[in-house]
Amino acid sequence: MILPPPCPAPFGCGSGRRGLEAQTGSTMGGAQTRVRQLDPDLLERTGFSPEQINNLHKRFQQLSENKETISRESLNRIPALANNPIRSQIVEAFFDKRNQHGSEVGSLEEITFEQFLMVMSHFRPPTLKMTDEEKEAARREKLRFLFNMHDTDGDGTITLAEYRKVVEELLSKCGTIGQEAAKEITDAAMLEVASTNAPHMGPEDFYEGITFQHFEQILKGLEMESRMHIRFLDTATMHCGKS
Amino acid sequence: MAGLGSGTSPRLAGFVSLSLLVFVAVIAASPDPVVGANETLRRPSGDSLEDSHHHPKNSTEHRKAFPVLAFNYEHVSKPFVISLWILLALLMKLGFHIIPRVSHVVPESCLLIFVGLLVGGVIKAMDQTPPVLDTKLFFLYLLPPIILDAGYFLPIRPFTENMGTILVFAVVGTLWNAFFIGGMMFAVCQIEAAQVGHVDLLSCLLFGSIISAVDPVAVLAVFEEIHINELLHILVFGESLLNDAVTVVLYHLFEEFAHEGAVTVGTRCSGWSRFSWSPWGSHGGRHLRRPGSLHVPLYVTLAGYRAPLCLPLQLHGLSLCRGLPSVRDHVFDCMWCNYAALCGSQHLPQVLHHNKVLPEDVEQRQRDTHLHLPGSVDSGGSSQLELDLCHLHTHPLPAVQSAWSHRSDLHHQQIPYYQTYQKRPVHCGLRWLARRYSLLAGFLLTDTEKKDMFLTAIITVIFFTVFVQGMTIRPLVELLAVKKKKESKASINEEIHTQFLDHLLTGIEDICGHYGHHHWKDKLNRFNKTYVKKWLIAGDRSTQPQLISFYNKMEMKEAMMLVESGSAAKLPSLASAASLQNTQQRAPPKRVIPSISKTREQEIRKILRANLQKTRQRLRSYSRHDLFSDPFEDNMSEIRFRKQRVQMERRMSHYLTVPANRQETPSVRKVWFEPEHKVYTYDDSESPRDGAALETPPDSVSLLSESSQRPGQSSTVKKRRRC
Repeated sequence: MILPPPCPAPFGCGSGRRGLEAQTGSTMGGAQTRVRQLDPDLLERTGFSPEQINNLHKRFQQLSENKETISRESLNRIPALANNPIRSQIVEAFFDKRNQHGSEVGSLEEITFEQFLMVMSHFRPPTLKMTDEEKEAARREKLRFLFNMHDTDGDGTITLAEYRKVVEELLSKCGTIGQEAAKEITDAAMLEVASTNAPHMGPEDFYEGITFQHFEQILKGLEMESRMHIRFLDTATMHCGKS
Repeated sequence: MAGLGSGTSPRLAGFVSLSLLVFVAVIAASPDPVVGANETLRRPSGDSLEDSHHHPKNSTEHRKAFPVLAFNYEHVSKPFVISLWILLALLMKLGFHIIPRVSHVVPESCLLIFVGLLVGGVIKAMDQTPPVLDTKLFFLYLLPPIILDAGYFLPIRPFTENMGTILVFAVVGTLWNAFFIGGMMFAVCQIEAAQVGHVDLLSCLLFGSIISAVDPVAVLAVFEEIHINELLHILVFGESLLNDAVTVVLYHLFEEFAHEGAVTVGTRCSGWSRFSWSPWGSHGGRHLRRPGSLHVPLYVTLAGYRAPLCLPLQLHGLSLCRGLPSVRDHVFDCMWCNYAALCGSQHLPQVLHHNKVLPEDVEQRQRDTHLHLPGSVDSGGSSQLELDLCHLHTHPLPAVQSAWSHRSDLHHQQIPYYQTYQKRPVHCGLRWLARRYSLLAGFLLTDTEKKDMFLTAIITVIFFTVFVQGMTIRPLVELLAVKKKKESKASINEEIHTQFLDHLLTGIEDICGHYGHHHWKDKLNRFNKTYVKKWLIAGDRSTQPQLISFYNKMEMKEAMMLVESGSAAKLPSLASAASLQNTQQRAPPKRVIPSISKTREQEIRKILRANLQKTRQRLRSYSRHDLFSDPFEDNMSEIRFRKQRVQMERRMSHYLTVPANRQETPSVRKVWFEPEHKVYTYDDSESPRDGAALETPPDSVSLLSESSQRPGQSSTVKKRRRC
């Protein structure tokens, strides 16, 4: 059980909401009806409930300043993200076509609400009634998301350079110490993957990079389906207006 | 103590115990100080009287009645009795561990209760009054080290992840326990047949609140031993930590109501307000692990690494001293101790070594001390009823709780709670019962008859749970095939991805815009890093990110494993190597590595072994029930050695190692990834390559920093070590 997320100033929120609605009364109404129209399709594809979709839509409106799409800048503007060491990778993940459950590759410049939802749907918590296959599928989906985050050039393997970049970003907040150690750590990590997955490499072989199967293998112990999720708001509360 | 018992050879242990036995026998042979207190008291006073008589007489002449040897028991009685207790407890524990068959069947708690009973019986037989554990003694002296111990060994990550569930069990469950038992007891007392109609509701509730908190010490010990899966373990552990606060406040609440005589609205409100605060106080103290208390930084920064021996004492001193005003609630005490413990555990790993022995002794002391219960046992039929009640209700209750929590919030957990949690019996550990007994000793009921009855009930419950349930827990766990912890060695990939996931989820939450679990955790971490760690941790370790320290630890472990396995041919002797990745060109570059000469090898080994002890000390990982749970000592079997050797061989055959003339240790594994440096050839006579060319520093260079013989290199080596 996660502690219920406290909205710091619920009363302040109320006034904020009223203000927002006053400004964008008509647009809100229009957007609402549009969302409701797409609801059945979205519901099925993403697995969210209508309330969750509405809440996310409100958030989308905030981020996009009531436009149809959001761009990287609007996500970068979120102040809380500034402290996050892997901010750029997170933002990039939203604009990655591979996370849209399709088979395209490449990246987008701007994303619509549906695409925003698709990315968010990777973080749904598992439900009680999931069968084992469903859990397995969810896990694979989440791992795929992570894999796509690491594999920036889209060739299907995480090369050493890419992995090194990941670790460097993780340690980016601790100055030069982190940079030096990042190399060592990456090397050790790759070595581990190689020795776990390809233990019979001869002296002439070299290890190309981490494929998705290897990636799944090494992260088997982490139980992704129960760890990689956030709690989406169900109730119709308006979170404090922070863009 | 546990480690000591299991580590020494049986013969040595036998010898030690024999000598201790002799020692104790000698003491007992002379007039037993505990028993003969009265007589010896009289004697020294008699002696001193005589002496004073003699002195004026013989002041002018030689003092022939100068007392060479006199029994001055009253002078040393208190510390003597205390040390005798400790000695007895140690002796029993030692003896217990020597006989493995007994320890397997019967948990320690049972044996210690038995010993306590024996001693109590002896005292009773001598018609002396046994020492009684009073509230003050218990709460102020005995309890803090125990709480310190519990807080210290708290595994923080699983604890915070499952905080909600733990709180449900601790707070809600305990409340329900208390009221249900109290209510049921009252209902039963109303039945004519039991002839206990005089018991009023308040006393029943008081009794219920005392007995409601469970403290599964024996269960936890068994869990630790069999390496049960983390989730179950942390649930039981966490609950046992947090429910005491609830119990204590409930107890004081009812106590005050009993005083007042009448329950008014005002008292009810104040009671609830106090009550609702307290679990958070207790919980807060534990949860605010990183932000330290005010005293700890002072001690730590002053002591730093220079005087590690002082630190345990400081920490204990901390736990004993009260920085917060309200002692009355005892909740603050718990909180304070946990504060100190949790701060200490992050910043003072060396403390553990010394810290371990004391709480165990204290626990044993309690077990013995308060177990002079025979004197207060009252044979009442009502106690049987109460016992039945307690057990009747306590078993379905966890099932209900666990089913509820399973449904309501744990949809993301793998393990079907209600199944496994049912299997955890509601055990009452001895720590718990000591508290209860001491509370009861100060039981403020006017009616002594009722008091005796309740005391008897508690004692019966204690005995039942400790003996019967204590002995059955292990077979039960094995029978129900509770899921065990997955055997996984520390993986750098998992660690990287755990951290990555933390940041990722925090970021997604920020994008979504709501302040969730990860958001607050991240905030706390940042606060800890920027403010607390800077002041609390001496040296550069304060800025070291977790990933790096994890990695260093792992590398050291691997290096030590390599040395210990003593593989002779494992230093680089390979002619070719594979490169992991070369993005510029696909063809693997040609590399030739020289073989290190034999003498060099020997030198290297010697240096490594010399450093082994020091680094080993730092890497020692402690668990709560076992002092020396060194990962290496577990696996020192021949097969394992061979396997490690083979693994090392394989690794060496894949990857390059750094040439020897650059530094003095072979690196354990070296991986070349240079896209920019393509071909190297080395031989022994070649001068060291310049530093710029060396892209990937040796992994195990940190081992060297203490013993680096080349002064020029030592600075760079030390610099690397700070990573």
